[in-house]
Amino acid sequence: MKRVLIANRGEIAVRVIRACRQLGLETVAVFSTADREAAHTRLADRAICIGPPPAAGSYLNIPALVTTALGSGCDAVHPGYGFLAENAGFAETCEEHGLCFVGPPPSAIQAMGDKVRARELAAKIGVSVVPGSDGPIATLAETASVGRRIGYPLLLKAAAGGGGRGMRVVRTESALADAFVGAQAEAGAAFGDPTLYAERFLERVRHVEIQVVADAEGAAVHLGERDCSLQRRHQKLLEEAPSPAVTPALRASMGDAALALVRQIGYRNAGTVEFVLEPASGRFYFIEMNTRIQVEHPVTEMLTGVDLVTTQLRIAAGEPLGFGQADVVMRGHAIECRINAEDPALDFRPGPGLVTRWQPPLGEGIRIDTHVAAGTTVTPFYDSLLAKVVVADGDRPAAIARMRRALADFDVQGVPTTIAFHRRVLEHPDFVAGRVHTRWVEEDRQASRGPRE
Amino acid sequence: MTTETAMTITYEDVQNILKIIDSSALEEVHLELGDFKLVVRRHGVPGASPTIEPAATPARATTGTAGSSSAPSTRESARPVAPSASTPRAHGVEIKAPMVGTFYRAPAPGAPPFVEVGSIVDEDDTVCILEVMKLMNSIKAGCRGRVAEICVENATLVEFGSTLLVIEPAP
Repeated sequence: MKRVLIANRGEIAVRVIRACRQLGLETVAVFSTADREAAHTRLADRAICIGPPPAAGSYLNIPALVTTALGSGCDAVHPGYGFLAENAGFAETCEEHGLCFVGPPPSAIQAMGDKVRARELAAKIGVSVVPGSDGPIATLAETASVGRRIGYPLLLKAAAGGGGRGMRVVRTESALADAFVGAQAEAGAAFGDPTLYAERFLERVRHVEIQVVADAEGAAVHLGERDCSLQRRHQKLLEEAPSPAVTPALRASMGDAALALVRQIGYRNAGTVEFVLEPASGRFYFIEMNTRIQVEHPVTEMLTGVDLVTTQLRIAAGEPLGFGQADVVMRGHAIECRINAEDPALDFRPGPGLVTRWQPPLGEGIRIDTHVAAGTTVTPFYDSLLAKVVVADGDRPAAIARMRRALADFDVQGVPTTIAFHRRVLEHPDFVAGRVHTRWVEEDRQASRGPRE
Repeated sequence: MTTETAMTITYEDVQNILKIIDSSALEEVHLELGDFKLVVRRHGVPGASPTIEPAATPARATTGTAGSSSAPSTRESARPVAPSASTPRAHGVEIKAPMVGTFYRAPAPGAPPFVEVGSIVDEDDTVCILEVMKLMNSIKAGCRGRVAEICVENATLVEFGSTLLVIEPAP
């Protein structure tokens, strides 16, 4: 491996370019005409314009990416996250053209890409999944029997769906009939498919995920968990590790479950196995596996000292992992805040524009992953992530104090940001006590909106 | 336009002066600075050939190595063709790459090229091919005229939006 095409943009493209340079690999960036002046375009050894601003013509354009990789003499492609990172067809096309795809084999992407199949696979090898109907439910009577088997509250979900449509929480059997008919109608209208399935509705759960890495020889280790419970409409906002709700014994059993899945599907490279955790019972359930590097990977890097992106590149180049489970040591506590160009007071509405002032915090124990500088234009074409502020310290209270200090020093003007939102969260007694859950932001209006400023 | 310049001023100076004059409504300008004398007439003297090309806006060269510690080797295949900012471009209609791809001047290896500089083309004539993963995309002239310049070397990668050829439209 000598030259890597980075099939992405924004902070992750910058992150991958740095990792390549660390390993002495040459980099070729690609950009849309909206990103002509972007950081990744300027930072790479070479940058090639591949299409117009809409991602379908550029960052999602497989023929353009493969042609560019081949034409610029690349022998590997790093997909980053988002865009084509979990597209098995892209991974396959790269391999067909002799390009090393920095990620898992296409078969593993495919196995985990179908969420229903992934759930079945996990259940088959003894990893618990959220109790639910085995496949779709056709009638009200069938749903009622599922409810009696797994208990209430029950969550009805559209099989074809997402985004909360065709979704109903049912607390008692007497309320089931109305909810069933309503969810069916909504699913049919939204997705053209009224098919429903049912799951036990888990309240007050945490989102806890296990980072794994595996090499071509089959060596696999986990790097502990990240707690991403602080989210809004399934968008993560703040991540930390270790989780305030995970004991060493629980960590070991979640790690074992994640590695069992990794071995079952012949996984290679870095990946994340996501679970929901009931803090009171310590029970955890598999939700899905992300077959790529994740936004919040620096949390694990700060905690373990393992560089996940260079590890990805080394594994893809055929090198052995070079360390075992016993070598993984987690020291202290790490927190990441995602700073988005969004206005929390206006329901997190994205606010593109020109960044007129950009003064990120500096100092001991603070890491900033970003592609932004003063003068950067945030375009409306792509996601609103401006920067990730990551801190590490000896323990959780110290890490919280360090993050408060870091965010107090972060001065951004020209676009709205989520900095003030994070500062309120870091002061909130629920967060300080480690008591947040995945619906906390939505339920706690004070946290999400705050007083008018 | 006709110019008479002494050697005491640079080509660039003249180009700048001409740009300023060109954007004004003046028909004719006489400028004298010591030894230096410049005469510009908007419609020129019959038979005189222009010595200054209008400034085409060249696409930004994006092959920079800003902050890079190790520039890539100069393997031929690794050189994307980004139009250089210093290359003067012929006057006419620029045919831009509608996609990233490999530029070919001929329909097959060894076959004669679609066009040469000076070729007369019709709107629907193919002037080159852009190959994207074995898919050959014919690029048409788009207007009637004469090929004034071929801006890209055969069998090299071209960026989206870069200029492939310049056609001088028929009057």
